[in-house]
Formats: sequence, C-alpha cells, structure tokens
Amino acid sequence: MTGGSRLGSRFDSPRVLGYLLIAPAAILLLGLIAYPLIWGVWLSMTSATLGDTGAFVGLHNYAVILADPVFRGAAMFSVLYTVFAEAGKLALGLALALLLNQSFRGQRSARALMLLPWVAPTVLSALAWLWLLDPQFSAVSWLLVHLHVISRNLDFLGTPATARASLIVVNIWRGLPYFAIGYLAGLQSISKDLYEAAAIDGATGWQAFRRITWPLLAPITTILVAFSSIFTLTDFQLIWTITRGGPTDATQVFTTLAYQRAIVSGQLGEGAAIAISPIVFMIVLAFFVMRSVRER
Amino acid sequence: MQHPDRRRFLELSAAGLGAAGLSGTLPSAAAAAAPASPFKPEPGASIQLLRWTGFVKNDDVIWAEHTKNFTAQTGVKVEIQELNWPDVTPKAALAAQVGSGPDIVMGWNDDPFIYPDKLLDMSDLAEYMGKTHGGFYDTARAYCYDPDVKRWVALPVGVTGNAVVYRQSWMHQAGFETFPKDFPGFLKLAQGLKKIDHPCGFSLGHAVGDANSWTHLVLWGFGGRQTNPDNSIAINSPETANALEYASELYESMIPGVSGWLDPSNNQAFLAGQCSMTMNGISIWYVAKDQFPAMAPDIYHALPPAGPSKQHSIMNNFTSAYIFKYSKYPQAAKEYLRYMLDEAQAAPWVTGMRGYVTLALKGYAELPIWTSDPKITPYRDSMEVTRFDGYSGRPGRAPAQALTEFVIVDMFADVAVNKMTTKDAMRKAESRLMTIYKHT
Repeated sequence: MTGGSRLGSRFDSPRVLGYLLIAPAAILLLGLIAYPLIWGVWLSMTSATLGDTGAFVGLHNYAVILADPVFRGAAMFSVLYTVFAEAGKLALGLALALLLNQSFRGQRSARALMLLPWVAPTVLSALAWLWLLDPQFSAVSWLLVHLHVISRNLDFLGTPATARASLIVVNIWRGLPYFAIGYLAGLQSISKDLYEAAAIDGATGWQAFRRITWPLLAPITTILVAFSSIFTLTDFQLIWTITRGGPTDATQVFTTLAYQRAIVSGQLGEGAAIAISPIVFMIVLAFFVMRSVRER
Repeated sequence: MQHPDRRRFLELSAAGLGAAGLSGTLPSAAAAAAPASPFKPEPGASIQLLRWTGFVKNDDVIWAEHTKNFTAQTGVKVEIQELNWPDVTPKAALAAQVGSGPDIVMGWNDDPFIYPDKLLDMSDLAEYMGKTHGGFYDTARAYCYDPDVKRWVALPVGVTGNAVVYRQSWMHQAGFETFPKDFPGFLKLAQGLKKIDHPCGFSLGHAVGDANSWTHLVLWGFGGRQTNPDNSIAINSPETANALEYASELYESMIPGVSGWLDPSNNQAFLAGQCSMTMNGISIWYVAKDQFPAMAPDIYHALPPAGPSKQHSIMNNFTSAYIFKYSKYPQAAKEYLRYMLDEAQAAPWVTGMRGYVTLALKGYAELPIWTSDPKITPYRDSMEVTRFDGYSGRPGRAPAQALTEFVIVDMFADVAVNKMTTKDAMRKAESRLMTIYKHT
C-alpha cells in the first residue's frame, strides 16, 4: 500500500473527512467571531487605555459603569429603542407585507421601492433624516407650518423625549423593509387552500388572519425579531450621525457610549465593558423568544 | 496689542512680513536670509500626515500646494489624509495603539497627553520654531509641553479662533450702537434681538467646537472652573451657579432648537438669516463673502465680552502636530512641519484662509491679514485669549475625556433646557468629573 493511498483511505473515513470539511467554517468562526469576542471580554477586565495594555482588574470596570448614571441611561434607552422600534417595524412591516401580497398594478415596482430604505447606505439616509429633523430647516416642520397645523418649527432633536422618539421613528423607517420582505416571503409560502377552506367555513378576514396567517407566520416572526433586535440593539450609525448621543446624553446607547469611552476618550477597558454588557440583554431576549416559540 | 517678542520676530525676518503684502508671501531675499534648517530628511523618506479638513476651502488647497512644493524641494513624498474634526482623535489613538499609521498627526487639544510615551520628543523643533518666530503663547506650551518628562510632545500649530459673529443692522435695530463690553450688556443685546424677531443662537448640543466654546466662556467669565491646579474637582461653586443662571437667561432669548445643534448647525442657521448672533470661527463670514455677497457686509465680529472675572477667556479648539515614535523618517517629518509653519508657507496659508487659523507662534500676530479688514482683527488675538480645557488643572487624559463627553456643555443644557436646578446640575457634573479624574 503506498503512502498516498493510505492518506486517501484516511480521508475516506467519515470522521476525518467530516472534520476536514467543517474546518474552514470553524476557522472562520473562531477567527472572526470567537476571538474578537473573547478578546473583548478580556479587555473589559483590564485597565487598558489607548497606548497602554493595562493590568487585570477583574470586574472593576463593570462596577464602575453600573455606578455611572450615563451608562444606566444608555442601557435604559437601548432597551427602549429596541422594544419600540421592533414593535413598530413588526406591526408596520406586517401591514406592508399584507398590502404587497395583494395583486395590483405596479406591484413589482412597489416591492422594489419598498426596499430603498434598507439598501440605501445608513449614513446617507441618516444625513437625510438629520435635515428632515433639523430645528430650522426641517421639511416636515415647513409643511406643517404652511398647512397651518403648527405655528413654528418643531424641535425634534432638542429635548430628550422628542430626540428619542425621532430616532425610534428613523430606525423603524430603515428596518421596515426587512420585516416586510420577510413577512412577504412567509405569506407566499402559506397554502391558498387553507384560506379557501376557511372561506367555505364562513371565516371572516380577521378570523382567517388570526387563525391561519399569524400562527403560520410565527416561525418567521421569531427569526425576524431575533435578528432585527440584534441589529437595533447594536445600532450606531443612525444615532451617531443624527445626535451624537445628545441632547445631554439622552440618546446614548451601548454602542455610542462604548465608542465614546473606548475610542474617543481612550478608556479601552471601560469601553469594552460597555460594549460587552448588551450580551446580557441578548441572552434575556433570546430566552424569551425561544420560550415563546416552544409554547406555541 | 504689541509684544517685544513679536518685534524681535520681525527683526529676524529680513524684510518683515509687512513687505509681503496681503498675498502673505515673503520676498526671496527674506527667504534666503532664513537660517538653514537643522533637520535633514532621511534619504528616500516618505511620510504620511493625518489632519482635519478645513471648514474653509483655501485651507486644504494652500496646504496641499505647499506640500507639493516641499516634495519638489526635498524629494520627500508626503501623503495627506484628511478627516472630519471629531474623527481625527480616535484614528490617531488607534494608530498609537497598533503602532502603525500616519507619521504625523495634526490633532486636537489634549491628544498628545493621551499617549505621550508613543510620541517623538519634539523639543528641538519646538525650541527652534519658538526662537525664530517670536515664541509660543502660554496656552500652546500648556497643551504641548509635558512637565513630567520635561519635553515637548507636540509642536503647537494654533487655534481655530472663535469670536461673536453678528448682524450689525439687527444689532442697531435692537438699540445697540456698539457691541456690548460686559455680560449684562450682552444679555440685553440677546433679549433685544429676540424682541425684533431676530434671535441669537449658541449651541447646547454635542457640538465639539461651538458648544464648548461659549459654555466655557460663560463658566470662566464668572470665575468658575472645572478643576483646581492640583486637578481636584472645583466645578460645584457659587461662580458656576452664577454662570448657569446667566446661560439659562441667555437661552430664553435664543432661537428654538439649539440644544440639538451639532457643529455645522449655527453656520447654516446664520447664513439662512434665521440667527442674528452666534459664536463661531471666521468661516461664516468667509462663506458669506463668496456665496452670500448681499449678507457679508452686514456680518461683523467681536471678541466676546469679559465676565465678572474681567478676563477674556475662550475655549478655542487648539491644534498641534505630533510625530509617532514608530515613524521611520522622524527627521523628514520634523523638516516638513518646520517648512509648513515657516513664514514663507504659514503666512500665505493664514492669509488665504482669511485668518481662520490663528497660529501659536507670537510672531504671526503681525501678519498684515489681521489688520487688512477690521472684521478679521478680533481673530488675531484668539491665541492670547485661549484657555486650555480642564482649566485650571493640567491638560491630560482626564480633561480630554471630560471634553469629549461634553460634561460642561451638558451641565449648561441640564439647567437651560432640561430645567434642572443649578445645584443638581453641578452635582451631576461634579460626580461625573470625579469618576473621570479618578479613573484616568
């Protein structure tokens, strides 16, 4: 038996071949996801600053950020931002998908147009929104003033409540197509027979939606909400471009605060602790989502 | 304002800059008389510069032109990377962290003190420039000289000076013939402008330059300070309380929306005719001269009034140039900076920008551009009135962090916009500052 054929026979073993086949994917995952994550966790337990590797400090950075009202405010707004934006995207995305699932003239163009907010570069759309929300030059204010609905421009970004609400609206606008297209795919996979049977049984439109559409969309809903929540909870570009975390830190979220502390201010350890902390929320979120699926 | 060292500078410059006219260029005789540079670029040198993009067009254009000339004269290739103002600090910090990237950075304020160990000793260049150009202003030294290691960690470049920018016709309409000289007069002017439906606007948002400049002016004007000279926190004081109450009254006369303003916002509102008075660099007038010729003659500048402390003290964005130790061509980098800030280049640069940057070398206060138009003159003294951030403590990582986190700006916004009591706002800022100064 030659050396080559011996090697060949080892490759024939499903065990060896299996490991070899998954090796590239495993290396990629380890290199691009596991390593940075572990490094981030390690960094969060050091006193590292830009230019200095620092020393191991255990959970000190976490104690510091937990005592920091700016961090607590950022955590609160991150959750608020995610919950409201996801609720808005889910409701409006589903409504849009139901509309686009109907046959009408220009249906294809409407579906393509719907994707625009999703495909446009985030920073560009954020800049466009910055103009729309500008206290002096807002087209929204201009329209409302000229329609005599309001007497002076709205101050969208000037107060904590309005700035937060504005950012949630912008996030909904941007993420809406993701839900709509996901739900549209889900709707098209539901057999027409079910609706016909329901119609024969005298079900109303609402009953058909409640008993057929919504239950069958549950799996796709889980996936959409889970993925979109991760994107929303880690959103940076929209907020940094529009408010930079202001006014008075009212719109800081985990990512903007982590960037400000770690990169702009050079506190790598503290910044890493802030960046790592949403993992707790992710686990809680994943737990609730998975439980709801199991119950269903 | 005359300084003996400025006169000395003129004597050293063979023909004097006055002879150069408004072009700012030196006669060749003067250039020839300049002492030979002590910095000899390494053979085959090639360097990278990271700098901020200018708010005025000529800044980048003239800088690039001079860089091209430098390459032609020395053979040293220079690659320039430009970034928005707030992005320079993090990018430079990353370069410091990974040990590769631009050789030279033109950064902001306390940047050199965030990673002083990573920076080349600039003492020879700073001392050479100081000796040949009339010396540096005190604030420049505070930002670039590290007293702990007794060396210059950066070469001071200058400030993008701030002054009050106002529409003169509206000031007259509001009942003021001349610009007020004290804080009560300034407040009355703001109230008068609001009455005639031309309100003023000063940023209270996270605007790096605009929000910090005027809030620090008011804080310092009333005698308030972030820290004592030993870096202990001093923000919670009756002086700060007075400053907050004054700013709150001023806010009532402002255009709505200033609490969401970022750096470009006041420029846009002013040029759109919606804001009658703001604090800014010369860029508003610069743009108006080119793009709004009907408005430009009505735009005037004034040094902001002094507060009860009787001292003009402004938080201007200070820029310095520093070289990383990892640079393979430190001599070429130093020679480049010497060349760019030598009068043959610096004079036309500042002149072309119509005084947008006020240089940290005292000799340049005599440039003809400063007196060529009375509207430019207030910016001449920007270095003289600049105080470093975190005053009266020491520049360093902690005040840099406090500045990037807008601790002072947010304290003012908390009182003026969020209607927090002055006590609570001061306590909140004090608590944050204590954490920052304790952990950095």
